[in-house]
Amino acid sequence: MAGVIEQIRNVCALGALQSVIAIERAIPIIHAGPGCGQKLWSALSNGNGFQGAGYVGGHSVPCSNATEQEVVFGGEEKLRQTVENALKVMDGDLFVIMTGCTSDIVGDDVGEVARSFQAKGAPLVYVETGGFKGDNYFGHELLWDALIDQYLKAADAPKPGLVNVFSVLPFQDPYWTGTLHAIADLLQSLGLSPNVIYGPGEGIASLNKVPAAQFNLLLSPWAGLKTVERLKEKFGTPYLHCPVLPIGATESGAFLRNVGEFAGVPAEQVNAVIEREERRYYYYVERSADLLFETRFLPGHFVTVADSFYSLGLTRFLINDLGLIPEVQFITEDVPEHHRSLIDAEFAKFDEGLVSPVFYGADGGTVRDELAKRSFRERPLILGSSWDRVAARELNGYPLSVAMPVSDRLVLSRTYAGYDGALRLTEDIYSVILGSFQ
Amino acid sequence: MAINLNITEAPTREARLGAITGYAGTLKELVARTGCGGAVKNCDRTFSQASSCSSGCAQTLLAGIVDAAIVNHAPIGCAGDTIYHNIANQYGRFYRQWGNRNIQLVNTNMEEKDTVFGGNEKLREGILEAWRRFHPKAIFVTTSCASGIIGDDIRGVISEVEEEVPVPVIQVSCEGFRSKVWASGFDAAFHAVLTGIVKPPREKRPELVNMINFRGSARAYITRLFGELGLEPRFIIPFATVEELAYVSEAAVTATVCTTLGSYFGTALEEQYGVPYVKTIPPHGFAGIEAWLRGIGAAVGKEAEVERLIASEREATEADLAELRRRFRGKRAVLGMGPSYAQSYLGVLEELGIEVLHAASWHYDPRYDYGEQPPAIVRAAARENDVTFSVGDQQLYEITNTLSRLKPDLYFSRHPGSSVWAAKLGITAVPVIDEYTAFGHCGLVNFGWRIVDALTNRNFVTKLAQRVKLPYSDWWYEQDPYAFLEKEAV
Repeated sequence: MAGVIEQIRNVCALGALQSVIAIERAIPIIHAGPGCGQKLWSALSNGNGFQGAGYVGGHSVPCSNATEQEVVFGGEEKLRQTVENALKVMDGDLFVIMTGCTSDIVGDDVGEVARSFQAKGAPLVYVETGGFKGDNYFGHELLWDALIDQYLKAADAPKPGLVNVFSVLPFQDPYWTGTLHAIADLLQSLGLSPNVIYGPGEGIASLNKVPAAQFNLLLSPWAGLKTVERLKEKFGTPYLHCPVLPIGATESGAFLRNVGEFAGVPAEQVNAVIEREERRYYYYVERSADLLFETRFLPGHFVTVADSFYSLGLTRFLINDLGLIPEVQFITEDVPEHHRSLIDAEFAKFDEGLVSPVFYGADGGTVRDELAKRSFRERPLILGSSWDRVAARELNGYPLSVAMPVSDRLVLSRTYAGYDGALRLTEDIYSVILGSFQ
Repeated sequence: MAINLNITEAPTREARLGAITGYAGTLKELVARTGCGGAVKNCDRTFSQASSCSSGCAQTLLAGIVDAAIVNHAPIGCAGDTIYHNIANQYGRFYRQWGNRNIQLVNTNMEEKDTVFGGNEKLREGILEAWRRFHPKAIFVTTSCASGIIGDDIRGVISEVEEEVPVPVIQVSCEGFRSKVWASGFDAAFHAVLTGIVKPPREKRPELVNMINFRGSARAYITRLFGELGLEPRFIIPFATVEELAYVSEAAVTATVCTTLGSYFGTALEEQYGVPYVKTIPPHGFAGIEAWLRGIGAAVGKEAEVERLIASEREATEADLAELRRRFRGKRAVLGMGPSYAQSYLGVLEELGIEVLHAASWHYDPRYDYGEQPPAIVRAAARENDVTFSVGDQQLYEITNTLSRLKPDLYFSRHPGSSVWAAKLGITAVPVIDEYTAFGHCGLVNFGWRIVDALTNRNFVTKLAQRVKLPYSDWWYEQDPYAFLEKEAV
């Protein structure tokens, strides 16, 4: 993504500090200017579903607050001091030094500082996440490189049935907590033991178990591929890559079959789970049908403005299950060029042979310009961020905020993933429509 | 020393005003030492938590100008706070019954190669894109740590695009590493407006008041108060137009709701265009609003009208205040706010009859640009009882330690991400989010009743505190709260 960006939908590499905060009792130590932590937290957490600071987010994150002094004379000493005292003041199980632009441009030897604490047995890793190096999807992968190289230890033997869940980015996806747990529930329904590293759970114990997994599940169009490949290289753990976030019966069923086959779960067992879930799911879908077929307030064509996880996952559900018609899809993150053909291929696989134009690395300007070129016969459904509510209003459309930044909703445990998630999404979409005039 | 509008960058508050972010002592001691041009040495910390930077403060003001645009010359993370700025923008527009619209800002998305080869080309593209997309009346270029360290030639790029972009393009120097005082970013924004937008007056407008504020929730209230004095407020700089800002020089007087925010702009307008700047304590509480209205009255020759207004406002609210004071008897509080509010709220809480056990100020300016100590701290220090006073750039570990020692009934704070930690300790936390909280006579009693409500049902706070733990070691709670604040060399 070379061009300028209007209306940010993700942040810089240092944004991965929120991935650290998502691991219970893991504590980032920022070595950067004074505003980085506040800006990134404000974007990914407070401006995005009001996810809060949690145990150690927001202004409680240790930070060297680099000034002119550190920029001119180097910041290693200031970092050493900050780390040394953070280890005393803060109550955590793992510390992650994360650098910002100031340190990475002036070239502080952060590795040397980190190693001096590691040598004394401190549970600490470092990662150089200067904001100019890439976005937070990239930073999230850098964090995992650091955890794999500097922290994780090989297990004695793989634990049968243990599956590490790698999927949406914590905080970047406002629905991450609910989504990771929905994925875990699907795995559990097949008799597997999901290892969810982020959110309420086992915290560091969960992280420590990563090398013992039978396999890694990457439920993501592309982000995290590097991580599961590194884990395979280092610990020999195989991985299953499922590019589509399962929303609704069609994708959830396909996902369960896919995982079942890879994990060696007998097909009858998988089918029984799907049958049970679908019976319950369609009980509710049947009830929704009266509204969907007997209202004058149907949505017109739909538009998604979201990262590839959601743009693809939502589009699959809306076309294959809800029977809606796609207009145009905007993928907001900078998908590396070599992963685009994979996503293109997934966007070509819809029932009824439907296709939808897809824009990569779309910003607010792209969305505005592209939408202006189109005419909508009926009020379109715009599944995007809070930025897109303005465009939705201009088009007299129905906006639902599903992607960062979600600043018009409080998000706690809500998810759109799986069977129940799709029911929530259906409720939310039609509540927007029904609420638009009464 | 007069404000210099012939330079591109406003010097930082540390350089201009001797501002500090590290101090622990008492209120009276701090005021005594910084009186008559005296200074205190800033104490550094050997441990700190994430603070905030100038660029956020600069952008939050500039992004609110309705027909301007911002080019944020930075990696994308530096635009992180624009989401909050847009929330504030939508909120302000909602209050004004304007339609929904997003802020007009592009980030130049600086990447690794720009830090090697320079980001001038990216900036050029950013300015041209901002012009193409928004056709704004002015473009502000905000800088970042990355653009500052690699030394991008902002002025050079701006002069290159002059022919293609027919509106003022103005540099706003707000690199985060330059100042520990995030309020330096307010000055950076005002400096840009002063040097790039403000024009000499065409005429003088004796009814016009420049009202410096953030979101302007009290517009109706102020418009009524001023209306009774025959004056008309113009709320700046968020939600003003470039044209309105160009002629702030025509106003009869400049007032501010926050002296940290407004003193640079107010002083500069007074020095440059002879628009008097009201240098009283901020308008919170009875004493605040009365001093402030008298300051405005004196500047425009409406002293008698002001006295009548004060009398009627006072009469309408005095009974409420007496009842509130009765209810707050014996209540003790800690407060943590930016300097203007921390100082002003020492007075506000005294009026409400709430005892302040400790005040924390996110920074401290020993003097303002017009050369005097902040009036609110002088007033607070003139009281009989002294109070412990700390200065820190929102260092929560210090605040948490202090709160756990003092166990106050109430914690009053201002700045996102501060009050929640007191709530997690089980302390009734009352955030002062809106700048017009406790504004004027009515505002004070409304604020008082809000505190009554907060104290009346403590269920959420109590139950939360039973379940959550703060991220500090037991060891830390046994240390002095300022253990990591370096001692001043005597």
